[in-house]
Order: sequence, then C-alpha cells, then structure tokens
Amino acid sequence: MSAKLAISRPAEGAAGKTGTWRTFRPVVDREACNECGLCRQYCPDAAIDENLDIDLDYCKGCGICAKECPKKAITMVREED
Amino acid sequence: MAIPDEEYILKTTSACAGCPSSLILRYVTKAAGPDTVLVIPACCTSVIQGVYPTTAMNIPVYNVAFASAAAVGSGMSEAFRACGKKTNVICYAGDGGTVDIGIQALSGALERGNDFLYVCYDNEAYSNTGMQRSGATPFAARTTTTPAGKQDLKKDLDAIVAAHNPVYQATACAAYPVDLYNKVVKALSMPGPKFMHVLAPCPPGWRFPSEETIEMGKLAVKSGMWVLWERDHGKLAITGASKAAMVKRIPVADYLTRQGRFKGITEEQIAEIQAAIDRSIGCLQKEVESEC
Ligand SMILES: Cc1ncc(C[n+]2csc(CCOP(=O)(O)OP(=O)(O)O)c2C)c(N)n1
Ligand code: SF4
Ligand code: SF4
Ligand code: SF4
Ligand SMILES: [Mg+2]
Repeated sequence: MSAKLAISRPAEGAAGKTGTWRTFRPVVDREACNECGLCRQYCPDAAIDENLDIDLDYCKGCGICAKECPKKAITMVREED
Repeated sequence: MAIPDEEYILKTTSACAGCPSSLILRYVTKAAGPDTVLVIPACCTSVIQGVYPTTAMNIPVYNVAFASAAAVGSGMSEAFRACGKKTNVICYAGDGGTVDIGIQALSGALERGNDFLYVCYDNEAYSNTGMQRSGATPFAARTTTTPAGKQDLKKDLDAIVAAHNPVYQATACAAYPVDLYNKVVKALSMPGPKFMHVLAPCPPGWRFPSEETIEMGKLAVKSGMWVLWERDHGKLAITGASKAAMVKRIPVADYLTRQGRFKGITEEQIAEIQAAIDRSIGCLQKEVESEC
C-alpha cells in the first residue's frame, strides 16, 4: 500500500508576494549609511541582502530596519494609492 | 563567531510584519545548518510556512500534533542515530505547545536523555488562534480570555526544565540574535537533551507597533523582566546584555506601559511585578556565586 503524504516543496513566494502588504516602504539614504549591517541582522524576513539592498517584492514594511538603524539612514515613506 | 549568510527560510513566510518567531527561526536555522530537521507542533510557525504544495522552509520540517513535538523529536533523533546519522533534530514550538499542551512529552523526552534540541519561542499567549491566555502569559496581561488582566503568575517553565538536568539549557531573546545564535551552536555541539526558551515580543499579541519588536525585547532584558543566561551541565552563567541588568535595571514600568496588553495595570500590580523581578534576580545572583 502506498500512502500519499502531503509534502510541500521549498519555493520563493510560497506565501505570495508579501511586498503588497506594505503601507510604508523603507527608503535607504546611502550617504548616511555606514554599512553596519544591523538592518539586515534584524529584518525578520531576510528581505535585506548582503549589499544592503531591500527586496521590495517581499519586504512587509514592518519598519524594524528604520527604527534600529543607528544612523537614521532609513525612512519609512507612505506607499502611493 | 561569524554568522553565516545562508538563509534557510525563503522569502517569505506569511508571518505578520515584524514577527519575532520569523527572526528567531532565521538564527536557529543559521546556527543549525542544512543537516537539520525541524519538528513543529501547531503554532504560528506551523501556519506561516506557505501554502501547499509550496513552503518557505528550505530544510525539512515535520508538522506534528500539538502535544507531540518532543516525543516525535526524540524518536526521530533515535532513528537518525541508529542509522549513524548526525542530523540535528530541533523541536520548535510555541509557549502554549510547551508549557501547557506539550509539557508531558517534553518531560518524558528530557528524562530519556535523547539527543535533540527543544526551542520554545515564547510570545506569552496562544497567538495563532487569537491571543488566548497560556500558562506563559505574565501576571496582569490582557488576552482575549483574560480581558481584565491575568490573575495568575507566569508558569516557571525554566525551573521545571532545570529539574530534569538537561546537558544544556539557555534563555535568549529575539532582540539579541547573536546571543541566540551562539547558544544554538553551543547546544548542538553537545550530545543529549538541550532546551532553549526564547522571548518573542509579538506586535499584534502584545499590542505594540510592528517596528518595536526589537525595542520591546531590549526593554524586557534591560528591566530584568527577561534574563539572558545559560546552564551548561547545570552551571549557571548570565550572558550578554543581562550582565549589566543584574547590577542596574530600568524600572519595569518602562517595559509594561509600552504595551497595549498591560493597559489599565494598577500601580500596585506594577510594584508587585517589580518586587518579583528584584527577588528573582537576587536568586539568580546567588546561584551564580554558589559553588554547588
Ligand atoms: C489539539 C489541538 N488543540 C488546539 C489546536 C488549535 N491551535 C492551533 S495553534 C494554537 C495556538 C498555539 O499557541 P502557542 O503554542 O503559544 O504558539 P503561537 O501560536 O503563540 O505561536 C491552537 C490553540 C490544535 N491545532 N490542536
Ligand atoms: S542599519 Fe543603517 S547604517 Fe547600518 S547598514 Fe543598515 S542602513 Fe546602513
Ligand atoms: S521594513 Fe521590515 S521587512 Fe522591510 S526590510 Fe525593513 S525590517 Fe525587513
Ligand atoms: S501573531 Fe505574533 S508570533 Fe504569530 S505570526 Fe504574528 S507576530 Fe508572529
Ligand atoms: Mg504563543
């Protein structure tokens, strides 16, 4: 007898493009940034890569990166419409 | 210790914005690496993984019944060892699934001495089903089942676990990912049963804005409401930011009044919580200094 198991396979976007959830988007001022990496360390969703670029397809707009940035280099800007 | 760049949770889960469990899981999996299986009982983390037939989890996850995580994890670890495999088995469970519903399976597994790590992320309520009170909800916190504030004290899970003498036991907090990472690495380097209790400040559950998850965790530690420590073969050591908090703490009111769940808390209740913190820090200090 072969039982069919409910197995999910790993894939990006398994919960959809969560960037659509945002009401505010993080905007980084590269001049002010000292590349400390804290925003990347604290992002719960790993939406900030090793070049400190934010993946807006998935960033949920929680605001943690802006709040924790020691240089205040990230501003949360309201999304249009 | 350098934290690896690899991420084991693909973008993204369906967790709330600012979710502490997502952040904790990022560092638990970074520390564990690819040769790891997660055992997850019913909790937020079982539902945020994605929609069948896809999942954001890029390592094997076994989703199991609420009460069974530690029983499954200990049996799975025994099976791996019998096949000569060193695969890490990590149970990753909420506070409801640990301090209430999974406690007997956890007790049994710790007593049998199986080689696995159990991580309880503590958001201090049954969050996934709408923030009902759990045994881990603190005194005076409002939940949907304690609308006037919880009358009972938070169950002392760590004392219960310590009574089983696991090889390694530690607390951690979502706001201190490096401390968390180091402790998971250390735990997994030892054979036998290991246990970690990680504070998870939950924006919708505790009623604070999503950008304050880290700040709330830091306030918990700086006030002594949560203490970072480890017990390595029973020997207690205070770690990280809690070393300073053993000596000098911010008033616990600065932590409590920032959260909607403590709305309406009385001065007397705050004084009671403050006294309990000062008392328990005193006990920890005595344990650190003792030779036994
Ligand atoms: C036996 C059983 N009872 C109840 C539930 C419903 N349920 C699913 S998740 C959950 C809450 C879990 O709380 P906790 O363990 O603290 O994890 P959290 O959701 O807070 O992350 C409940 C009650 C269930 N799935 N199985
Ligand atoms: S936290 Fe701020 S300063 Fe640090 S890397 Fe991020 S944007 Fe730059
Ligand atoms: S807003 Fe939140 S999800 Fe978006 S990049 Fe910043 S920390 Fe990550
Ligand atoms: S309720 Fe809390 S723990 Fe659960 S997904 Fe949302 S933020 Fe995370
Ligand atoms: Mg919970």
